[in-house]
Amino acid sequence: MSVVGEKLQPTVFELSRPGRGDGKIPHPPAGALDRIPAAARRATPLALPEIAEPEVVRHYVNLSALNYSVDTGFYPLGSCTMKYNPKLNEWAARLPGFAGLHPLAPDAMAQGTLQLLWELEAMLAEISGMTAVTLQPAAGAQGELTGILMVRAYHRSRGDLERTEVLVPDSSHGTNPATASMAGFKTITIPSAPDGGVDLDAFRAALGPKTAVIMITNPSTLGLFESRIGELLEATHAAGALAYMDGANLNAILGRFRPGEAGFDVMHFNTHKTFSTPHGGGGPGAGPVGVREALEPFLPEPRVLREPDGSFRLERAGERPTSIGRVRSFFGSTGVLVRAYAYLRAHGGSGLREVSDDAVLAANYLKALVGQAYEVPFDRPCKHEFVASAAGLKHRTGVRTLDIAKRLIDKGYHPPTIYFPLTVEEAMLIEPTETESLETLDAFAAALVEIAHEAETDPGLVTSAPHVAPVRRLDEATAARQPNLRWRGVTGLETPCPQ
Amino acid sequence: MPYGPHATGDRARMLEVIGIDSVDLLFDDIPEVLRSGPLRLDPPESELDLSARLQMLASRNRTDLASFLGAGAYRHWTPAAVDQMLIRSEWYTAYTPYQPEVSQGTLQSIYEYQSLLAELTAMDVVSASHYDGGAATAEAALMTCRATGRGRVLVSRAVHPHYRGTLTTYATGAGLIVDDIPLVADGPSAGCTDLVALERLLADGAPVAGVVAANPNVLGLLEDMLRVGQLAHAAGALFVHVIEPVSLAVLVAPGETGADIACGEGQPLGIPLQYGGPYLGIVACREPLVRQIPGRLVGLTRDLDGKRAFVMTMRAREQDIRREKAASNICTNQALLALAAGIYLTAIGPHGLRDVAALGASRASELAAALAAVGAPRLHEGPYLNEFVARVPDARRVHARLLERGVLAGIPAADLLPGEPGLEDGLLVCTTEMTTPAEISRFASALGAELTVGAGSSGGAA
Repeated sequence: MSVVGEKLQPTVFELSRPGRGDGKIPHPPAGALDRIPAAARRATPLALPEIAEPEVVRHYVNLSALNYSVDTGFYPLGSCTMKYNPKLNEWAARLPGFAGLHPLAPDAMAQGTLQLLWELEAMLAEISGMTAVTLQPAAGAQGELTGILMVRAYHRSRGDLERTEVLVPDSSHGTNPATASMAGFKTITIPSAPDGGVDLDAFRAALGPKTAVIMITNPSTLGLFESRIGELLEATHAAGALAYMDGANLNAILGRFRPGEAGFDVMHFNTHKTFSTPHGGGGPGAGPVGVREALEPFLPEPRVLREPDGSFRLERAGERPTSIGRVRSFFGSTGVLVRAYAYLRAHGGSGLREVSDDAVLAANYLKALVGQAYEVPFDRPCKHEFVASAAGLKHRTGVRTLDIAKRLIDKGYHPPTIYFPLTVEEAMLIEPTETESLETLDAFAAALVEIAHEAETDPGLVTSAPHVAPVRRLDEATAARQPNLRWRGVTGLETPCPQ
Repeated sequence: MPYGPHATGDRARMLEVIGIDSVDLLFDDIPEVLRSGPLRLDPPESELDLSARLQMLASRNRTDLASFLGAGAYRHWTPAAVDQMLIRSEWYTAYTPYQPEVSQGTLQSIYEYQSLLAELTAMDVVSASHYDGGAATAEAALMTCRATGRGRVLVSRAVHPHYRGTLTTYATGAGLIVDDIPLVADGPSAGCTDLVALERLLADGAPVAGVVAANPNVLGLLEDMLRVGQLAHAAGALFVHVIEPVSLAVLVAPGETGADIACGEGQPLGIPLQYGGPYLGIVACREPLVRQIPGRLVGLTRDLDGKRAFVMTMRAREQDIRREKAASNICTNQALLALAAGIYLTAIGPHGLRDVAALGASRASELAAALAAVGAPRLHEGPYLNEFVARVPDARRVHARLLERGVLAGIPAADLLPGEPGLEDGLLVCTTEMTTPAEISRFASALGAELTVGAGSSGGAA
């Protein structure tokens, strides 16, 4: 039986029949639009689907059943921290006082939300050892851009215009170099040492008067703590550069390592990873950024301020001329931040340390089990995730990591992150998180071991997987060569709908 | 730990398999001098206590006023079915559909979103998705520079100031020039983009990659978008049409104005106000620009058996494949909000969406008449849809006074557009299908009373 529903659905366009669906809002008086000049009116017919509510609901319920999700099963997608999303937090974000608040509401009308945001900033500052936090960035990548633009403003404020390079390890997330480019910097890629850490000699050779900032993911995308971090930070600062920490893997080190205290100048958090805000099928997230004193003047506007009388207000436009400016339309992804706040309050300081302890324990336990059948390239304790490799299996049997991933679907699991980091051949990046039970970890490891066995005895079974899913492997080449990115024509005559 | 799964003995068993006797040993690789002490945070809170705290904070917000506030975020009726569908955890606890075989729900929902928004905007390609209207506008501007190889963008001062601010922040990093297009000061086109100035800006200075204008503009006025597009194209620039999606049910669509790129805020499509986010950034373009568009794209394809299915496609534009050469650094996006918009459009239907737009416009006519009757006529002459500036002397003070009377009288126009001439005596107000006739009379009578008092105290000099 498939781990997800098997019944493919017609598109909403194929479900449409003229005259269906109505009654959501009152009809406007005739002539309501008469004052709009003809030239300003829409001429193109509005070919949206017409569907009655019962069919709309059935469509979306049946579609949702085609998804694998954390609430339906184990989702060890490395680097994404697919932990349980507490239901209280969903309830809280929907409270009318939070959900109905207009982003331009006068400060006096928004005291509850402003207080929550102010407290959340303080909690994140304590967790990270930073002096100030902005909650505005909408995701990790936007947090990176915000951070790197602050670094740029910092160097410029000191008249240092020569720093045009960003140093990034070869194991980094793709967002790091992409962010450097967006912010106008040149990316210099630093190779990894055999132990998985940054190659210190190569790093020192690349570091210089042109270096604006180094971007380090710690723990790295290999799930390893960067044990030479002290030397890296010292060399960076000695060269007059700043240090950015990609906080994607913060789930491993809560209450164990505070980046600001250790010497990082700026970092981002991923609330959708570490603080359990739901991933939403690709988003939304939130990417708050913490900074130390030197970068505080450059934080984006508006900040949340507390007045001497204990009330809260948003900074006014232009109030702090050193700011890098706005990074988005309004304050931030407040609905996401309410959830993160609830998560932090539910755990407190002691609970957060337990989160990391249990996440790291689970990863090391799973690594020990998976290591029986696959190579684990780095023979040292991992943090919250680890890389396994199917390189040996591939050479022996022809079965690739991609095949193993697809076979895991047959066995009821979402596959781990595959072919990342790019530095490990046939990589599987496995992150169990702290909310999975021992039984789940055991069963998943057994499934992986079993697949390794199948690869040796019946490789065709693995290379043709998945066998029990609503669809088999897809023709991705044609999808890219002849893109069909939108429905053409509401009748659905071009492509027969699935029945 | 509140959501921990372990029974007594589970941790000991795991440690035994690993071959150590304390979890602390797993953190030995953190250099000793860099290890942190305990976090100084409040103790853990039970679900019961925490729920009370959250309710208390939510109740400190005031959302009970008669609100005429829009200015980029709009209060609309969301059919109850939308949130009932969104709260299904198969949607919100999944992530990016990297494994299409077990993600057809999310993938098809994104394809449907792309298709629905393509219909609404009358454009060919819609990416899914961006952070919000501001970030989408910034990405659209960067896209014009990539596509043309030019480095200068012209932006109307009637584009939302926060979008312009975001665009400027993004452009600074990329080393691009952003020049403002001024507004017409008086006459029938007052408050709209100055087309003469636009022509001059296009002729002088560095070649222009893109011209950005919004319809309705931030003052609620309808722009001559066709003409803006013609001027942009005559200078070899691309035209970026900033949209408000509900208005597209009745107003000229980007596909009809010659726009090369459409962008804007998707919040009005069933997404709660929630103090600014998470919202939905819309970016759409014409087919020839498809390889320049940032953000995720889902395509229709087939599986090995020929069954129709959906998959993420044209991934060579994205950061995880192209790294420093990617079209954007975007990774996590607003997929769940794109889903919300898709459900909203499906549930409300084409006639419903037109009714939403037309009822908002109808209420705006009523509000304009009611405010004019108490001495606060519209400030501008041009056509509008559901948002306009009312002429109110001493607008900031009056706005604060009306708040005390339970009316959120939009926003003082000079607060939204500081430094823009002629707006000191203006309140930017908005209606939607949610606005009731009772609220309109409450606003008008409170304003009338305020203006009478104000006129009295300043010696009748109104």
